[in-house]
Amino acid sequence: MSQRFRLAAGGRIERGATLRFRFDGRDLTGHPGDTLASALLANGVRLVGRSFKYHRPRGILSAGVEEPNALVELRSGARQEPNTRATVMELFEGLEARSQNRAGSLAFDRMAANQLLSPWIGAGFYYKTLMWPAGFWERVYEPLIRRAAGLGRASGLPDPDGYDSAQAHCDVLVVGSGAAGLAAARAAGAGGARVILAEQDFELGGLLLAEPAQAGWRAGMLAALETMPEIRLWPRTTVFGFYDQGVLGAVQRLADHLPTPPPSIPRQRFWTIRAREVVLATGAHERFLAFPGNDRPGVMLAGSAAVYARRFGVKPGETAVLFATHDAAYDSAFALAGAGVRMAGIIDPRGDSAAMQAAREAGLPVQAGSEICGAIGGLSLRGVRTRQHGGAGSEAALPCDLLLVSGGWNPAVHLASQSGAALAWDEALQAFLPGASVQRERSAGAARGVFGLAEAAADGAWAGREAAAAAGFAMDTSFPLPDAPTPDPRPYPLYEVKARGKAFVDLQDDVTAADMRLAHREGFGHIEHAKRYTTHAMGTDQGKSGGILGAAVLAEARGESLGVVGLPRFRPYATPVAIGAVAGEAVGAAYHPVRRTALHAWHEARGAAWLDAGMWKRPAYYPLLEERDPWDSILREARAVREDVGLCDVSTLGKIDVHGPDAARFLDLIYANTFSTLPIGRARYGIMLREDGILLDDGTTSRLGEHHFFVTTTTAQAATVLQHMEFHLASAFRELDVSLASVTDQWAAMSLAGPRARAVLARLATGLDLSGLPFMGVAEAEVAGVKARIFRISFSGELAYEVAVRAGQAEPVWQALIDAGATPYGAEALGLLRIEKGHVAGAELNGQTTPGDCGLSRMLKKRGDFIGRVLGQRPGLLDPGRPRLVGLRSVDPARPVRAGSHFVAARGATESLGWISSTTRSVALGGWIGLGFLRGGEARHGEELIAANPLAEEEVPVRICSPHHYDPENARVRG
Amino acid sequence: MRIPCPFCGPRDEVEFTWRGDASVQRPAAEAGVEAFHDYVYLRRNPRGWTQEWWQHSAGCRAWLRVERHTMTHEIRKVEAA
Repeated sequence: MSQRFRLAAGGRIERGATLRFRFDGRDLTGHPGDTLASALLANGVRLVGRSFKYHRPRGILSAGVEEPNALVELRSGARQEPNTRATVMELFEGLEARSQNRAGSLAFDRMAANQLLSPWIGAGFYYKTLMWPAGFWERVYEPLIRRAAGLGRASGLPDPDGYDSAQAHCDVLVVGSGAAGLAAARAAGAGGARVILAEQDFELGGLLLAEPAQAGWRAGMLAALETMPEIRLWPRTTVFGFYDQGVLGAVQRLADHLPTPPPSIPRQRFWTIRAREVVLATGAHERFLAFPGNDRPGVMLAGSAAVYARRFGVKPGETAVLFATHDAAYDSAFALAGAGVRMAGIIDPRGDSAAMQAAREAGLPVQAGSEICGAIGGLSLRGVRTRQHGGAGSEAALPCDLLLVSGGWNPAVHLASQSGAALAWDEALQAFLPGASVQRERSAGAARGVFGLAEAAADGAWAGREAAAAAGFAMDTSFPLPDAPTPDPRPYPLYEVKARGKAFVDLQDDVTAADMRLAHREGFGHIEHAKRYTTHAMGTDQGKSGGILGAAVLAEARGESLGVVGLPRFRPYATPVAIGAVAGEAVGAAYHPVRRTALHAWHEARGAAWLDAGMWKRPAYYPLLEERDPWDSILREARAVREDVGLCDVSTLGKIDVHGPDAARFLDLIYANTFSTLPIGRARYGIMLREDGILLDDGTTSRLGEHHFFVTTTTAQAATVLQHMEFHLASAFRELDVSLASVTDQWAAMSLAGPRARAVLARLATGLDLSGLPFMGVAEAEVAGVKARIFRISFSGELAYEVAVRAGQAEPVWQALIDAGATPYGAEALGLLRIEKGHVAGAELNGQTTPGDCGLSRMLKKRGDFIGRVLGQRPGLLDPGRPRLVGLRSVDPARPVRAGSHFVAARGATESLGWISSTTRSVALGGWIGLGFLRGGEARHGEELIAANPLAEEEVPVRICSPHHYDPENARVRG
Repeated sequence: MRIPCPFCGPRDEVEFTWRGDASVQRPAAEAGVEAFHDYVYLRRNPRGWTQEWWQHSAGCRAWLRVERHTMTHEIRKVEAA
């Protein structure tokens, strides 16, 4: 019979059903209602992992989210999930888990030798390796540390599961469903408020689940809550962050507990909750004590041991010792004794107390005024060493396999602290409590130091009523409170027992009390500095259990009170959240929207290769069957434009309609050149600067009417330019009467370019004499029966017409132009043609170049204001030594030149004379050509330089020339 | 954070685009390089109330002057430019 530590009766598990699971290859069984941790304990598995740095054997410390040790790898393949806390992982049929951070088997970990190195790898050793000896870091330290340290391994494969994100709105959000949370939700919901009750556990009830006597009260509360129409009860939902203005973040685990998450539901859902009022009933985390060996498997938080016995029906050991500093912990001794665990001793530093007397009366051996100064055992606990509190007298050994520890309770103030509330030190409780609220929140129950089920429930009812009233749903209601004894959780202020050996204050990060003192000695005594120096409380458990121990050690070293030293600032995430949940559905194809032009389907049917331009899909080129190399297609398409006629979809260019009596004045201010003199029916090339004088964008603008201009922008800057115009119209130029509308998606635009462009268009265009339309002329016509605007503009350098039609009518027009003999060409050929022509594009307008750099200074208007005018005249931007636009040709035409290379004077030279922005193979010249920016610019035409690319280890000889590689007289566009 | 757009009502911050300090004004054309330098580059970085430009870019596209507290993100005043 497996599960030999399962009690014969009791607990909330479903004994009638058996779940099979595997841990480190061993086949084990458990029951529905178990966590992985409770099922492991039921099977007597107590060694579950190796520690982060020293590879010490570790067991299960807790029964909740505060667990620092029992982190396992869950599932396998693409679903392999590291660092899962066994204490909160709901058991399911077929669950597969492995221990982490070991070399070899869990029982024999070769890395355990790290313990012998511990004098050299204490706190801060990592930083010291960066300092000395020089050069050791990359070759020696880093590979060693990377191999030795760490937690679980990520799968390295794409996550096969889907995640969801959603928004929730409520009047009252209650976080936590223990006695306080249930009462708060009921009191808040009574008046009709929309309530969300979020609970991280898979069952509602918190510590009530470990109180069989309260099962009836819990059931009654749940029944009452379920009848409320406006309440949402969310188990398996972790609220991890409290942000500004009543916004909280939560993750709901919808399918984590299923063997294979079905594709029909998301694995997890990421909630953004907007709550008018918040009740934080987050309870408290028990803390352990620092003493040598306090990390041995078998050392467990006292309250957690009681949870295993009463909630899960598991005996966490055979013979137990309790080491406690307060009366409330004695309940665990009674619980375990009741479960058949032999209580070998109760070690308590205090002289006397009510609980000590009660324990004696119950026949439990109490050692008043004593402390534990060491744990005995390796892979599992075999006993403890005790002595008189303070260290006087001799030590005695006490055999046991389970040590229950409780140094008091830490209210779970993470969310309250994140909301902005300061923390206040409570001397009697030896705990930090939430101070005055900054946002519309209040803590209730143990989360604000009100312990005891009856007291917490009463406090929760008060908080729920307050919250509902504040949200406008006041209603007096009453319901019975649990009938439970009042514990006394005020601890004797003991945090550390000083004795020889490693006493841990942070089990997950292997931080010892000595490390904290070292941090103080070396000048990192502030709690925030000590945290970073030692990594104390930086693990996934965020120091929920032991954080205060480190602070206490630091306080003693500094000679100040714990209240003065404080805790490091709490930040989201209060508990770890899977990165997949944060990403939500915004992954893969849903990462951002895809924009398709009106002609997308045609391009697709033609087999276009795609180029992503921002969100746009643009055809890069259209390969023919026999074309193996993209260059075959690109060169063929470009040649068609140079020699015959091509057709390119240029719909992705930004298009802005500018209307209004002041439209011309506005464009004069926005552009560096003049548009007010542009006649109706004509287009003009324009450049736009930022206020600092750097080029922002370029494009052609046409005047369609006295008060109507049609602006085009580059594809990449379309949104930026519109925003730039809108901003200035709303601020500096607000007196102008102008309105703007983006019409990018309303118009499809196709560029018909090549010597035969006029002949092809003339066959299809009616209502317009093309021979009367001059270069840069704009007119309306019907093309293939569709109303169109014809712009005689050219990017390629050939005779060209841009035909713009309403987006919905694009395809028949395009098809007619193709049928009339035009070769479709893509963005790659377009780029080739413009580089040959020496036109600047995104690579040249890179946010660092000026009009002067690009040879465009003569476009700047001499009179009148425009954006960028004043700062563009700064000496640094006018410096004749700035790199200027040049052309370049590969000396060996067949040798490629790479964009991004730098100009240098000779092979091996390292002084950059400028850089190469764009390169291509040329059809007009043959071989590789490009554009770049070179110091000296025009004066260097004819020189031979080296295009150096140290990353690619290339040095390519190039000859500098005019950027206008092709048709420098610009005759062809006027042809 | 939610911004109460005077045209659309309270909307989530993801619908807005931040631009920065709304207390600076573009100088007159002849104000000189120093004035433009200050306009483009000099910004206060207050801990407290600020006046900022936000555009309701995924909504009505209005430019708004927003008074926001940099510590609490409280918004006490929003007006259309």
